[in-house]
Amino acid sequence: MKTGICTVKMAYAIRRSALKMVHRAKASHIGSALSIADILAVLYGQVMHFDPLQPYSQTRDRFILSKGHACVAVYAALAEAGYLSHKDLHTYGEDHSWLMNHISHKVPGVEFSTGALGHGLSFGVGKALAARINKEEWITYVLLGDGEMDEGSNWEALMFASHHRLCNLVAIIDCNNLQSLTSVSETLSIEPLAEKLLAFGWDISDIDGHDHRSLSQQLAQRSPTKPRAILARTIKGKGVSFMENQVDWHYKNPNDEELDAALKELGGN
Amino acid sequence: MRNAFIDELVLATRRGKDIVLVVGDLGYKVVEPFADEFPHRFFNAGIAEQNMMGLSAGLASEGVHVFAYSIANFPTFRCAEQIRNDVDYHKLPVTIVSVGGGLAYGNLGYSHHAVQDYALIRSMPNMIIAAPGDPMEVRGCVRYLIDNPTPSYLRLGKAGEPNFHKNVPTISPGRWLPIEDSIGPNNRTLLTTGTTLEIAKKWLTDSELDGYTLHSLPLWGMSTKHMQLQQSISWEQIVTVEDHLTDGGFGSWLMESLHGSSFDLSHLRIKSLNHRVCGMVAKQSTLYEEGGLSAFLK
Repeated sequence: MKTGICTVKMAYAIRRSALKMVHRAKASHIGSALSIADILAVLYGQVMHFDPLQPYSQTRDRFILSKGHACVAVYAALAEAGYLSHKDLHTYGEDHSWLMNHISHKVPGVEFSTGALGHGLSFGVGKALAARINKEEWITYVLLGDGEMDEGSNWEALMFASHHRLCNLVAIIDCNNLQSLTSVSETLSIEPLAEKLLAFGWDISDIDGHDHRSLSQQLAQRSPTKPRAILARTIKGKGVSFMENQVDWHYKNPNDEELDAALKELGGN
Repeated sequence: MRNAFIDELVLATRRGKDIVLVVGDLGYKVVEPFADEFPHRFFNAGIAEQNMMGLSAGLASEGVHVFAYSIANFPTFRCAEQIRNDVDYHKLPVTIVSVGGGLAYGNLGYSHHAVQDYALIRSMPNMIIAAPGDPMEVRGCVRYLIDNPTPSYLRLGKAGEPNFHKNVPTISPGRWLPIEDSIGPNNRTLLTTGTTLEIAKKWLTDSELDGYTLHSLPLWGMSTKHMQLQQSISWEQIVTVEDHLTDGGFGSWLMESLHGSSFDLSHLRIKSLNHRVCGMVAKQSTLYEEGGLSAFLK
């Protein structure tokens, strides 16, 4: 685990950069990005092993964003971590930009492109299996949405991972209880999710997904025999009062005034 | 064909090739030689093709050449988006293997009739289709794919197919393969892909096809369209043969390859399956007859 990095400050920076990107590109999904900023800050600031100067180093930990629409938060985290410059972020959403509006593997530090939901966990299972075959120590982290758990492919992957005791695989489920039209509980009720994952043979931790201390403790833990799932209870739009828990901000992009107000709340401009 | 495939896979893995075989709970009495010799490189993903294809892509992203094995439409249509987004878009070395291409599982019904698979796979820009015509071509295709790992689809028959090549041919993508003992040379040819090589060979004895020569094209796809005019232009008449629906099939692919070129498309004839076979249940030979592949003139 790294020391000396203030992940709380990093999360603020991720949120500010994400807001500026979607504002400039008139893009959607800012609520989803704000939801995962704390998780990413703890992963990139404390937990994961990587070297931005060697983005394909064999010993790096692998991170996969399965909810690819929240990509601005990852691009911003990669800039904070040294993979990208903040100037690179300005190209987000432009024609032919490598920073496309769903996470893109053409960006240094990104392992896998997603956009269609229900793909990241299986891909992560394959990576974890490769590490097992090659007797390598690195960890695969996959970040999914709770609405994304509607996809049956995730449950196939959950079964496979526990059957093969992939203890080098960590799934983080961003449980913000909002999906495309309304809440997760009103769409396809997924609770009790922790019990379901336990029944599928996973090691579970159910935590506040904005609490950095809990995140760093729980993301660093391993079961010797089971894959690990972190249920990160989050608020969609977290950090910007008028975006929090509003399904509208899955789609809307902030106008100039809304951007200013949001950045003020986040201690910057 | 199935056994030739597994045999080549075992031989290559023994030589040190970084290969993993993932099966979708199928391959009874086929995959055991590999599974027994390389148990740490064999995984049964269960009856869960989406995860099978996704994890195959993940494995392949770490440098492994993955062979993802199942039958009929299960490793293609069931997980089409994983093939499109995870394998093809990322250009990962996953070879999808489907046993029972065409109507080999005729009596098992429409779920098991793989007659639209070329259409799906050939719509993906990085995919190479490997459709061998006999066990020798299977070996040639597998050797090519192992030496050149790429997103690919290996379409096999079942078992007991005759050999038409005396030796394992050297196969390269987009290149027509002359069948050694065919009639000719002539300026008219049959061009087949996949297991209809056997049908095309029989048709050569048909008086209507007197003087025709015979070629097989076992490796093809979107990236090899540009190679077809040069090979087609010298022929006065080309008849393509395939056990796939006309729509999105092999003949359709060749026609698209030649469209707008100096080749006169009225000299191209496509022998493929009529869509009336969709939903019919019968043995392969009966379905060939119903679909228009029992004889050249039908």
